[in-house]
Amino acid sequence: MKWERVHKMYEELISNLELPEKIKEDMSKSFEIYKPTKSQAKKIIDRIVNTYKKMLYEPGEAIGVIAAQSISEPATQMTMRTYHVAGAAAKQVSLGLPRLIEIVDARREPTTPMMEIYMKKEFNTKEDAAKVAKKIKETKLKNIVLEDVIDLVNSEVELKIDINYLNNLDMNMESLKKTLKKYIKNYDITTEDTTVKITSKKETTIRELQKLKLKIFDISLRGIRGITQTIVTKKGNEWMIITLGSNIKKVLGIKELDPTRIYSNNISEVEKLFGIEAARNVIISESSKTLADQGLDVDPRHLILVGDTMTMDGTIKAIGRYGVSGEKRSVLARANFETTVKHLTDAAVEGEVDRLDSIIENVLINQVAPIGTAMCDLVFKPKTSKEK
Amino acid sequence: MASVFLNWAFIGEVKNPRSFVEDLRNKRRNGLIPYEVNVYYDDFTDEVIINTDNGRIRRPLIVVKNGKPKLTKKHIRDLQSGKIKFEDLIENGIIEYLDTDEEENSYIALWPEEVTKEHTHMEINPLDIFGLSSSLIPYGEYDRGDRVNFGAKMIGQSLGYYLSNFLIRTDTKSNILLYPQVPLTTTQTFDVFNLDKHPAGQNVVIALLSYGGYNMEDAIILNKGSIERGFGRSFFFRTYQTEETRYGGGQVDEIEIPDKDVRGYRSEKAYSNLNEDGIISIETPVSGGDVLVGKTSPLRFLGRDEFLTGIQNRRETSLVVRHGEVGVVDKVLLSETQNGDKLVKVSVRDLRIPELGDKFASRHGQKGVVGLILPEEDMPFTEDGIVPDIIMNPHSIPSRLTVGQLLEILGGKVAALRGRKNDGSMFNCEKENDLRKELQKLGFRSDGKEVLYNGITGEKMEVEIFIGMIYYQKLEHMVANKIHARSRGPVALLTKQPTEGRANEGGLRLGEMEKDCLIAHGAPLLLKERFSSDEVEIPICKKCGVVAVYDWRKNKYHCPICGKGNNIEKVKMSYAFNLMLNELKSLLIFPKIILEDGE
Repeated sequence: MKWERVHKMYEELISNLELPEKIKEDMSKSFEIYKPTKSQAKKIIDRIVNTYKKMLYEPGEAIGVIAAQSISEPATQMTMRTYHVAGAAAKQVSLGLPRLIEIVDARREPTTPMMEIYMKKEFNTKEDAAKVAKKIKETKLKNIVLEDVIDLVNSEVELKIDINYLNNLDMNMESLKKTLKKYIKNYDITTEDTTVKITSKKETTIRELQKLKLKIFDISLRGIRGITQTIVTKKGNEWMIITLGSNIKKVLGIKELDPTRIYSNNISEVEKLFGIEAARNVIISESSKTLADQGLDVDPRHLILVGDTMTMDGTIKAIGRYGVSGEKRSVLARANFETTVKHLTDAAVEGEVDRLDSIIENVLINQVAPIGTAMCDLVFKPKTSKEK
Repeated sequence: MASVFLNWAFIGEVKNPRSFVEDLRNKRRNGLIPYEVNVYYDDFTDEVIINTDNGRIRRPLIVVKNGKPKLTKKHIRDLQSGKIKFEDLIENGIIEYLDTDEEENSYIALWPEEVTKEHTHMEINPLDIFGLSSSLIPYGEYDRGDRVNFGAKMIGQSLGYYLSNFLIRTDTKSNILLYPQVPLTTTQTFDVFNLDKHPAGQNVVIALLSYGGYNMEDAIILNKGSIERGFGRSFFFRTYQTEETRYGGGQVDEIEIPDKDVRGYRSEKAYSNLNEDGIISIETPVSGGDVLVGKTSPLRFLGRDEFLTGIQNRRETSLVVRHGEVGVVDKVLLSETQNGDKLVKVSVRDLRIPELGDKFASRHGQKGVVGLILPEEDMPFTEDGIVPDIIMNPHSIPSRLTVGQLLEILGGKVAALRGRKNDGSMFNCEKENDLRKELQKLGFRSDGKEVLYNGITGEKMEVEIFIGMIYYQKLEHMVANKIHARSRGPVALLTKQPTEGRANEGGLRLGEMEKDCLIAHGAPLLLKERFSSDEVEIPICKKCGVVAVYDWRKNKYHCPICGKGNNIEKVKMSYAFNLMLNELKSLLIFPKIILEDGE
């Protein structure tokens, strides 16, 4: 009985505070562990509220500039370091500055798209993970061809197949023949024990045969399109699969995998499937991961600001001429950045008005910019004696 | 079949590339084809490459045949007695020049003892691997490669006795070291190039010691006594030049003391040093802005007055000393240009005594600026009373691994004590052990360390200090050429912003990134103040938003559009912005400034 009263007291104390929910939750959790008295609890809350208020930015703080400086200062060191690691290029993923640039430029496709997939609880074994990994890895016909010959006399393409590899994919020559038939018409397909012959029904040129060869080489035999490599690893006590290449849509349908925890570094793909909030989270986590990999310590709030800015209006905008900077309200600010003449002439045609209410414009014409100590302004304008 | 390329153009194929190449080389050695031809067989790409074009780097090597160098003692004797010349050796195929390509096909021995049957060539001297500057570095093979590179680079910047006719030369800029010395530790290159006639540095006693923190971060402490005895003193010469140019229409420049009515006339005092002929006399002390040669030129454009009165005015085009430089007029040269115009060259000399911030370097890529000039009585001293000229910080050594410098200090100490120079040629130097033994024989510790006493307190130092002799160079980067500050000064005509650069007495730019920092600190008022160097007041018509016109005669403003003068407001803005508005107008874009009501 007594405990319930105390619990209620804590609830009352905490619920009306102007703090983020997360902090409130944490507070009530630790109150229940340490069980302070009412006066102690009040003191603790006072200190937390004070500290929180001190941590808030003052109005007028140039958070954008500070975020830019906080990210770009370590990034300059990164350029110096990444290119100096000689010989350690075993990992073929884009890292460091190139990756960071990729993120803030909002490229459609990352140079090395990757996914992290977790197993459902009931399939959390190495065997299951390996099975899925094998299943989703894309195998193209060119991966199993040992030798290829273009025979112009009989106008046919002859392929020697790695039969062991084929069996490994749970296929045989018959099923291979079937798959091939799906993709190519107007050709006869015959198989011997380890060779496939694709003969044209009518006379052809060597160019057409070469084209055909390239076309059938790209036929996907097994797996999910785009996933070129799979690695099975253990994270904590969970088995997971890391893939090179990203195709979330297809992976979602596999029953052994946990659909709630699929992660991809392909920002635009995530945005298309899960929406802008998910894309924002990927931007933040990818950029902080890139920086952390290089041993750089950047406060996550700066990266959150970048993520927020890029996703603010519902689509992903790059940081640069074709994104955030190019969509500024002020003509002079845009002209100050890049493609000056274009912005000025366009503004002249449209008769744009620059309200001079941001920073860059005011620096340009040498007036006091509304930031920091000059943020405040007199709103109340007393009437002059005449007006009275 | 190997492809054959002549000067990177395909000319054919050969069946046996190796014997083909060998044949060509034999022909070259026998003088059947010119010795400038180089042949190279690349067995990876299976190509024979023959180069005869210009601009290749080539170097001479002794040909080795069947494990024996072709050069014999008899050849050397004949060379010495003058019976044969070096060219004869080349013609007879004893010595041949290889380019970088053919070098890939060769196997070069360093010493005669090393020669085996596989060797194709032998070095004349292993020092030949290096260029002129790098081969001057003693004990360079004990230094890390990058340090040798830096050292070679800095040898090129050192002040010395570059040519003995410097007193009559008129180089635009030149430096002469006053008391140059031949290094105690030389290399063979010194003798080959007669560098003892053109030394570029001085031998100093150096102690590797931290002494009060004034030699942190590669700075050095200099002994004031050494400076007064002439260490690091140099002359800086700058030659100014002007001529009496002839223009079209019979107009000419005139070298004279300008009249007072000449346009741009300086003060009377500025011309007071000039003689009647308008030229300054030698040994006159001058400083920045002083006139060396008075000169007037015809006007470029004739103004209203000249047209009306017909009197030809002239403009001032005197030759003046550069801003910020001082000196004494050293020589005056009168001559003629190729066109037959009168030519005057005036050379100004400035004595440069080492001061704080001057740059010095050893020959091992260890450069540093003077951090403190210490009176001799405050310098540390040894038991014998030896006082170092330079105190260098020992922290410069371990990370840079310039072991050669330590050996040079040791070798220099031995050389100074025994009275004979020490050979530090790379791969052929006096070895460390020999130096140590000799030093011990001379009565010193073999490792070159000595007990030192603090010059200020007189206390004995707790550890022995490594002290010896080294060759130090004064580099051409002196503070006197670089020091620069400005509070007010000239502005550029177009933008009304301060000029740029030391030569123009310019300002130091507060750039884009610095601007960002002020914004990040939330200090826009300071930012405005910094950027106010080109602030102007522009009258704006409140109604039309255009820049108003000032009527000088009526002392009134009026708007060019509405014509009225009652709505004009003056607005402060940067001149650069006003300039941009004007440029936009020239692009047929008409910017208007909308003013808010407000006080």
